Amino acid sequence: MRSLLAAAAALASHPVAAQHAGHAMPGMAMPAKPARTPSPRSAPPPTEQVEADPHAGHSGHGGPARAEAAPRDGAEEARPATPAGTDLPAGAAPAPAARTDHLADRYWDPAAMARARAGLRREHGGMTYHQLLLNVAEYRAGAGRDGYRWDGEAWAGGDEHRLVLRSEGRGDLGGRAEQAEVQALYGRALDPYWNLQAGVRRDLAGPARRTWASVGVEGLAPYWFDVEATLFFSDRGELTARGEAWYDQRVTQFLVLQPRLEVNLAVQEVGADAGRAGGAAASAGVSDVELGLRLRWEKSRRFAPYAGVSWERAYGRPRGGDGGLAFVTGVRAWL
Amino acid sequence: MDEGNARVTEGIGRRRLLGLGGAAALANWTPAWARFASPGIASAPPVVQGDEIVLRVAHQMAEVEGRRLHAIGINGTVPGPLIRLREGQRVRIRVDNALDEDTSIHWHGLLLPFQMDGVPGVSFPGISARGSFTYDFPVIQSGTYWYHSHSGLQEQVGHYGPLVIDPAGPDPVASDREHVVVLSDRSAIHPHEMFSRLKKQAGYFNRQQQTLAGLLKGRDQSAAERLAWGAMRMDPTDVADVTGSTYTYLVNGHGPRDNWTALFRPGERVRLRVVNASAMTTFNVRAPGLPLTVVAADGQNVRPVTVDELQVGVAETYDLLVSPPDDRAYALVGESVDRSGMALMTLAPRPGMGAEAPPLRRRPVASMKDMGMGGHDMAGGGMGGGMDHAAMGHAMPAAAPDPCPPEHAAMGHCTPAAPSGGAGAPMSTSAPMTHDMRDFSVAPGVRKGPGVQTISPMPVDRTGDSGQGLEDVGHRVLTYRDLAALERNPDTRAPSRSLEIHLTGNMERYMWSFDGEKLSEVKAPIPFAAGERVRVTLVNDTMMGHPIHLHGHFFELVTGHGDHSPRKHTVVVQPGGKASWDVTAAEGDWAFHCHMLYHMHAGMMQVVQVRAVGSPA
Repeated sequence: MRSLLAAAAALASHPVAAQHAGHAMPGMAMPAKPARTPSPRSAPPPTEQVEADPHAGHSGHGGPARAEAAPRDGAEEARPATPAGTDLPAGAAPAPAARTDHLADRYWDPAAMARARAGLRREHGGMTYHQLLLNVAEYRAGAGRDGYRWDGEAWAGGDEHRLVLRSEGRGDLGGRAEQAEVQALYGRALDPYWNLQAGVRRDLAGPARRTWASVGVEGLAPYWFDVEATLFFSDRGELTARGEAWYDQRVTQFLVLQPRLEVNLAVQEVGADAGRAGGAAASAGVSDVELGLRLRWEKSRRFAPYAGVSWERAYGRPRGGDGGLAFVTGVRAWL
Repeated sequence: MDEGNARVTEGIGRRRLLGLGGAAALANWTPAWARFASPGIASAPPVVQGDEIVLRVAHQMAEVEGRRLHAIGINGTVPGPLIRLREGQRVRIRVDNALDEDTSIHWHGLLLPFQMDGVPGVSFPGISARGSFTYDFPVIQSGTYWYHSHSGLQEQVGHYGPLVIDPAGPDPVASDREHVVVLSDRSAIHPHEMFSRLKKQAGYFNRQQQTLAGLLKGRDQSAAERLAWGAMRMDPTDVADVTGSTYTYLVNGHGPRDNWTALFRPGERVRLRVVNASAMTTFNVRAPGLPLTVVAADGQNVRPVTVDELQVGVAETYDLLVSPPDDRAYALVGESVDRSGMALMTLAPRPGMGAEAPPLRRRPVASMKDMGMGGHDMAGGGMGGGMDHAAMGHAMPAAAPDPCPPEHAAMGHCTPAAPSGGAGAPMSTSAPMTHDMRDFSVAPGVRKGPGVQTISPMPVDRTGDSGQGLEDVGHRVLTYRDLAALERNPDTRAPSRSLEIHLTGNMERYMWSFDGEKLSEVKAPIPFAAGERVRVTLVNDTMMGHPIHLHGHFFELVTGHGDHSPRKHTVVVQPGGKASWDVTAAEGDWAFHCHMLYHMHAGMMQVVQVRAVGSPA
């Protein structure tokens, strides 16, 4: 009862109520009904009352706002019983047809408006971007000679169509690149996560230098795996395939552990170029496998140094001392 | 924070001692109403007012917490000057563009002839580099509004300011003094570069992701939940695209350590005109120890409702009454929705006092409800959605949106009798797997493409929810359903038709659109007939809240308040939820978009075309 009185007292000082009492309200269409009983919550900053009962009318989680609905609903009952305004259901009238003219052309220079409209569309979804990404750029210290390795791409384009340049390769320190290639691809978004990429690959170094047609998909698989799967057809009729997958496990906000797998397959033996030693460049079946585990420091997303291990194995051909375990250190970087 | 405040306060003191030099330096970049220890605009002359106003848009440096950043300001300040108008006047505002690129000013929330609305390519051609343009329109409303650039990403670097219109008659909101509180966000990174980074790595600015270390400490989701969300390729910590990792959150252009101060005398009734002028930040606003009485939303008076906290979406404005009882400093904070930082100001009886900021709270983790599985949250485990749903089921006013519309019932997603539906499956963490998260049959108007990552399978009306992360904060939080217009709505007709628009996106590719089509792709605008009353339902098919703004109109939210529905120009549609409003179409071509600047830039925008019936094409 006491708190009710307090509420009433608070109401008397209600800004709205006070205004109603004191003014004729010229020019303001105020409701004619005198008493829309506001809920206790409708009071102005009623500090005394709040102190008396800070959670009057409600309790517990999620409740505050909603539990208060009850007294307000009471106030709603003051309205006529027939529903009005937004309480009314919507009809089923048809929508008007869209028109092709532009109303602003009636007020401003139509040519200037046409230019502005083109700019509007371009700036709201029609932009293009580009990125240079070095996913792997590392120094390798292992069983054989120390070496280096890179794997990166550059792309330009919009959300759904892109031109992609890729490159990867490796070599021994102080020696020639053991293997190197570039790809020029057209990329097209297939769905929310996957892109089709097709184009050409050219080998720049290696036992078997070929030109290949390349087609593949890359994207994000369920459980956050980044996946690339590509088929290559060589100018000598050979068919090979490459699969790569990696996963970024955030250990902390700045530390990311990245397991990585790469497998190269060949449908038939890929012969080494004439004059190169060592028979086949790739044997039929699994030609090589790499498993990596890299821990990177992502204080900067765009320049993240890492260290880790990489185990690789080539089958049926000599390659960098037949692979083995290597310690790697490098940087993942993009612009 | 204490230490920082002390340091800043001391700094101000020193500047005061230095006298004119310091004051003049300060005046270079701070409008009179936003200086430290503002005496309050009720007693200070507004910066620009009258029937003829001149604004100059130019490059300048702005200082935030001692760092000087490039900005685009207006009349030499960031934010721009307070434009103070009176209902009933006619105003001519000449805007001089001192930039080497086009600019524009949009008068956010103002009802005016569409060709004065200020959107390049929709309502006018824009203001060319080194050019000038005069806006000329009658002022037919009152309340708290704002203005900002609609060109490029200029808004992010300071091209915005507050606009207050005094009513022609007495103001039904009585106060002893008032302060304008413009909340915004600022980064040292160029906005185009920020957008570009989001395109390349959508989680670029999120430094509150789930980690292995967190899992071992029992934080956030359980391993099973992480697996279920991983299977869907959804990141439940993606609450804000751009965060405190790069943003400093500002009050009237000042960072937390600048300690911008608004004065009061104990016991006074102080009106705070809060404007969220940020590019990308949803703020949760509170003042520990002070109840906030909401008296207006988006410039329109509402029946006073007292809360302890409210979520203010980008471009929304709220007028709050506070009565600080004691002779001490109070902190007013706008905490970013992802709790990565906060805007901070002090309410104090004297200049030079610094209130202690409350600590940042734990950032929320998205729930099933945020993915549009409203009915599945009944046993969702601590996210607090179940209670909301129960409230909707029982206390919902007659004509409020049906939690189980026929099309969903037909799809077997729910049954009217038992909206929790879902084939009676236990509401386990793997529940999402029982739903197709990309079933376009529940959204026939949405174009299927790479830009649509998910379709909410059973979205519920979330206007009764307090906002992401505010479900269980333990005090009173405003919801849209708490708002009721003070005056009867001007148009109380039933809508003659209804229209559903889906808010769509792909967080991985950072693509955003309406109905699956970016503005760059749309073939036709959204047509309305002038004077026609239409019920628009916005369905959020994404896991982020979107503040959706319709230019040149107020719409009445469908929240069970009949002919006293709250009138707004911007409505936040909570993640995976729905919101409905009735609107009376006013002739013109009007911009309609998400007010997250980078969502709009990505394409989440359309043109609403309103034409008189029978007018020549």
